[in-house]
Amino acid sequence: MTGQSDTVLDVEALDVRYGPVRAVRGISFGVARGGITALLGANGAGKSSTLMAIAGVVPVASGRVSLFGKPTAKTTPDAIVRSGVGICPEGRRIFASLSVEENLIVAGTAVATPQVAATRREEMMERFPILGERRRQLAGLLSGGEQQMLAVARALMGAPKLLLMDEPSLGLAPQMVDTIFSIIEELQREGISILLVEQNAALALEVANHAVVMANGEIAGQGAPADLAGDTLLKSAYLAA
Amino acid sequence: MDQLLQQLINALSLGGIYAMLALGLAIVFSIVGLINFAHGDIMTFGGYGIFLSMVFGFPPIAALCIGLGAAVVMALAMERTAFRVMRGADVISLLITSFAVSEILKVLFQNGISARPVPISFPAAWSGSYQIGGMTIGVAPTASILVTIVSLGCLTFVLRRLAIGMAMRAAAEDFDMLRMLGVRANRVVAAAFAISGLLAGIAAVIWTAQRGSVDPMMGFFPVLKAFIATVLGGLGSLGGAVLGGFVVGTLEVLTQAFLPDALAPYRDAIVLSAVIAVLLVRPDGLLPARSGARS
Ligand SMILES: Nc1ncnc2c1ncn2[C@@H]1O[C@H](COP(=O)(O)OP(=O)(O)O)[C@@H](O)[C@H]1O
Ligand SMILES: [Mg+2]
Repeated sequence: MTGQSDTVLDVEALDVRYGPVRAVRGISFGVARGGITALLGANGAGKSSTLMAIAGVVPVASGRVSLFGKPTAKTTPDAIVRSGVGICPEGRRIFASLSVEENLIVAGTAVATPQVAATRREEMMERFPILGERRRQLAGLLSGGEQQMLAVARALMGAPKLLLMDEPSLGLAPQMVDTIFSIIEELQREGISILLVEQNAALALEVANHAVVMANGEIAGQGAPADLAGDTLLKSAYLAA
Repeated sequence: MDQLLQQLINALSLGGIYAMLALGLAIVFSIVGLINFAHGDIMTFGGYGIFLSMVFGFPPIAALCIGLGAAVVMALAMERTAFRVMRGADVISLLITSFAVSEILKVLFQNGISARPVPISFPAAWSGSYQIGGMTIGVAPTASILVTIVSLGCLTFVLRRLAIGMAMRAAAEDFDMLRMLGVRANRVVAAAFAISGLLAGIAAVIWTAQRGSVDPMMGFFPVLKAFIATVLGGLGSLGGAVLGGFVVGTLEVLTQAFLPDALAPYRDAIVLSAVIAVLLVRPDGLLPARSGARS
């Protein structure tokens, strides 16, 4: 029962505010070591705000976020990432005017020595062959699915222990969605813990071992995916917003 | 023909100075959204760095290097003391902060050194000229063009080939994302200021080598032209800044050389009208920054 060793992320009574708007209202959940927690909910439920607060990009208005057993109060996003977190934000946000390889070089500068970064770049191009083929191409010219792979590869450059992914399947063709989900499962098998924000609840529940459903900034329910799949709670959360 | 070649060299020399100043403005703007009105004072500070090190007996080449260093230090100091606390503020607040920095520095220059130009005596050879195929060409403008080419070449190398340069290009596109990759924001911003300071220092070296004096307003007028160049080229676009610098420099030299005396007082007005005419046709400048690059 030592909370320190079996979770990598603990969120306790987290509040996120944008001026007068309370986007996230006192939510608590965690990500188990080596596990995948799916964070589900309708548009505007507060999923991205939660993720960005964990990443230190938006301030924690109240409550507590702990990563690897340590509270992250007043920590900047770059320090959080260097502590072993990889981030694939909503909308992918690849650097469109940089080449594929340059995106990976930039991603390696702060989280690995030059030699280690070079090795990891080659590993990424092997893992995602399309990135190897297009290494000199501008990242902005990649397809949506390829951009998502680049966003994942970029987040992996620091060999993170925890990966935060915000809607990685959004806007992708069905086949590409499958590819992305099999990558997610593969990463988990390699021992990376994942917080997965998804609109595609069905697929997310398939890969996750814990699911959290948000509605209007609050947690509508959480538990084992099997208990939530087809649950009325999940449906009502999606209809809520 | 002789006349035309000489004017071409003058245009490239002046345009190169504007291009480097405009590039310094554009690099900082593209990353932190700051239009640095105090950029001219960085150049002036570099000029005083040269002046003071000559006064203290350093040889001219060493003095030029000290001037370069002084400009870099001033740019970094500005970022650390004035602009870092304002990070993320809107463009207008940042612009006003830079006005304040500029005013403070001008007062310090006036009261600490002199309100009037102070002379710098470089070796006579620097202001000489040489003959090529029967044409007389100035040493200083030639050196200025060479220095510009080398500087732009080095900067291109840094931005294209080095990781810190790629990080700066990435920062111009999406600063927050860069931090989500673990990159320390302050380092990238400091690198941008250091480069802009170095470019201003190079401009100061060329400027003082050609004119032989420094005054508190030395950097003001060339940087004003550099502002125009950045707008003409496309605010935040590095290629645009260089192009804009050369266009403004060329227009200025051409109007100076070929305008009838009666129209001479209207020189700047004519150059600016030409710029406005271009902007009417291309409101985002000659080589616009990618749209939506800054959120
Ligand atoms: N930068 C912001 N400023 C103001 N309100 C925001 C901002 N970002 C999100 N919100 C609001 O916070 C709420 C939650 O948004 P978000 O976290 O993006 O939800 P989700 O990712 O679940 O779609 C929404 O009502 C949204 O309008
Ligand atoms: Mg979202």
